[in-house]
Amino acid sequence: MSALHFQHVTVHYRGSDRPAALDISFSAAASRFTAVVGPNGSGKSSLVRALLGQAPLVRGAVRLGDESLLALAPRELARRVAVVPQREEPLLPLSVEEFVMLGRHPHRGAFGAPSPHDREVVRQAMQRAGVYEARDRRTDRLSGGEWQRVRIARALAQDTAVLVLDEPTTFLDVAHEMAVFELADELAGEGRTVLVVSHQLNLVARFAHHIVLLNRGQVAAAGSASDVMRGEILEAVYDWPLVVTRDPAVGAPALVPLRGRARDSHLGRSGAGQDGT
Amino acid sequence: MATPLRSPQVADPPRASRLTLAWVGGLAALGLLLLAGLAFGAVPLPLSDVLDALRGAADGTTTSIVRDLRAPRVVLAALVGAGLAMSGGALQGTLHNPLAEPYLLGVSGGAAVGAVLAMALAGPSVGGSPLLITGSAFVGAAVATLVVTGIAHLAGGRGDAKLLIMAGVIVGAFANAVIMVALADAPPERIRGAVWWMMGSVADANWGTVTRTALAVAALGAVLLYKARDLDVIALGHEPARALGVDSERAGRVIFLVASWLAAATVAAAGLVGFVGLVVPNLARLLGARRHRPMMALAALYGAALLVAADLAARTLRAPVELPLGALTALVGVPFFLSRLRRGAS
Repeated sequence: MSALHFQHVTVHYRGSDRPAALDISFSAAASRFTAVVGPNGSGKSSLVRALLGQAPLVRGAVRLGDESLLALAPRELARRVAVVPQREEPLLPLSVEEFVMLGRHPHRGAFGAPSPHDREVVRQAMQRAGVYEARDRRTDRLSGGEWQRVRIARALAQDTAVLVLDEPTTFLDVAHEMAVFELADELAGEGRTVLVVSHQLNLVARFAHHIVLLNRGQVAAAGSASDVMRGEILEAVYDWPLVVTRDPAVGAPALVPLRGRARDSHLGRSGAGQDGT
Repeated sequence: MATPLRSPQVADPPRASRLTLAWVGGLAALGLLLLAGLAFGAVPLPLSDVLDALRGAADGTTTSIVRDLRAPRVVLAALVGAGLAMSGGALQGTLHNPLAEPYLLGVSGGAAVGAVLAMALAGPSVGGSPLLITGSAFVGAAVATLVVTGIAHLAGGRGDAKLLIMAGVIVGAFANAVIMVALADAPPERIRGAVWWMMGSVADANWGTVTRTALAVAALGAVLLYKARDLDVIALGHEPARALGVDSERAGRVIFLVASWLAAATVAAAGLVGFVGLVVPNLARLLGARRHRPMMALAALYGAALLVAADLAARTLRAPVELPLGALTALVGVPFFLSRLRRGAS
C-alpha cells in the first residue's frame, strides 16, 4: 500500500570522501508517525533528497509499496508523496491562497481555473495548517512561523497518502511546534504515512511511533522511543554528556543535555555547523 | 492545527479590480497609440482620413501611406513589443531574477549575429531570404544561450543569475562587434546597416515581415503561456519545485530556449531593441499580476503599447530625422534597471 521503504539507501555526493548515507534501511508504515533524528550531517536530509530523486543514489532504492519512486515521473511522484523541503524562500509574492493552490499543481492541467474540488482541498489544507485567516496576505510578508505553516498547507493540498516533513518546526515557537506535531499525529491517525525529520528529540519521543536514529550516514538505532532514547546510545551519537529522564507529564523518555564540557571540540569540529546534509 | 493564525495586519486590498483596470487601461492605450501611429509621421493625417483609408474610402496616396507604410510598421512594433515582453517575463521566471531579459542576456545579440551572418555570407540571390535570416537568428540565439550559460558555468555559478547577466552583457558586446565588422563594407542597398541591427527599427516593415513575426510570436508565446504554470512552481526553487512534480532544470531549459527564440523572431524583424523585456514584466507585476500566466499576458499588452509609443516617438521627436528604436527603449530602460538594482541592493 502506501508504506515508504528505504532499502539499502546509499548516497554519495561527488567530491565527498564518505557517503552521506550508507546502507540505510527502514520503513515508514501507513497510519504511523515515523521520525528520523540524528546530529547535523548524519544523513537525514540526504534521505529526503534521495526520495525526491535529487541525491546521487549509488545503491539501494526508495519504494512506495512495491513501486520504485525513481521509476515514477516527478509529477506522478508529487501526486503520491508530498514533501516539505527544509529550506525555501518566498520568491514569488503570491497570496497565501495562491501559494497553497500550487500544491494542486501535480493534479491540475495546464489550463483552466481551479475546480471546486481543488478549492475545497486548498481551503481544508489552510484550515488544518491554521493559516486560513491569512489566505489573502502575501507570502513574502509572513513571519517565519507563518511561512512554515503555509508550506505545510501546500503539502496538505497535494492530498497524498504520504507526507514527508523535513525539519518542520524550525522557526516555530512552542505552541506552533506542538501544533505541527499534533497535526502530523492526526494525519497518521487518518491512515496516512507520516515521516518527519526533526531535531526535536523530546517531541519526537512523545509523538513518533517509530524512530530512526542516524549517525554519520548510518542507522545507529531504530525502534520505539524507549528503544532509541537511551542515555548510552544518544551520548555516543551526539558526542555530548546527557541524561535521559522521564517526561513528568506523559512519562515519555526525555533528554537533558548536561553542561560542563569544553565546547571547543564541537564548535571546531569540521562539518558541525553544516545542517542539511 | 490548534492555534489559528491571528493576524494583526489587514489583508492586501483585492487585486482583481486593479488587474481589470490595468487590462482596460492597457487595451485603450494600445488602441489610441495604434491610431496615433497611423496618423503621425512625415505627412500628418487627420484621424478622419486615417479611418477612411482603413475602410478603403480615402484617396490613393492616403490609402497607400496608411495601409502600406504605416499600418505594417505599427503592427510590427506591437508584435515585437509583445514578443520581447513575454520573452523577458519567462526568462525572469526561469532565472529567478527580475533583471533578466533577452537583450541583457546576450540572446538578442546572438540572434542578430546569426541574421547578419546569413545575409553577409549568403550569395546575392538568397541574401535577402527572410526565412533563412529568421532561421539563422534562431540558431544564433541558441548558440548565444549555450555560450552565456557555459561562461556562467565555467565561472562557477551554475544558475547564478548575476553571473549569467554578466556573461550575457559580454556576449552582447561581442555580438555588436561582430555585426560592425560583418557590415563594415556591406552595400547599403542590399543589406540593412549595422545601426539598424544594433539599435533596432521597424521602419522597413512590410506585410511579409508582419505575417512571419505574427506567426512566431503567436506560436512561441502560446508555448510560454502553456508553460506558465510550471514557471510559478519553478520560481519556488529547485527542491520545492521537484516536490511539486516539476523538474525545474529540464523545464527551465525548455522555457529558456523558447523565450530565446521568441526574442530571436523579434530581432530578425526589427533588430536589437533592449530593455522592453526588462521593464514591462516588472510593470505588469506592479499592476498586480503575480502568477506568470496573467503576468505574461498583461506584459504582452503593455509591451505592444510601449513599442508602438516608442516608434511613434522615434519618428516624431526629431522629425524628419528618425531616431533608433533601441535608443529610445534604452533611455527608458537604463534608469529603470538602475533603480531595480538599487532596490535589490538595499
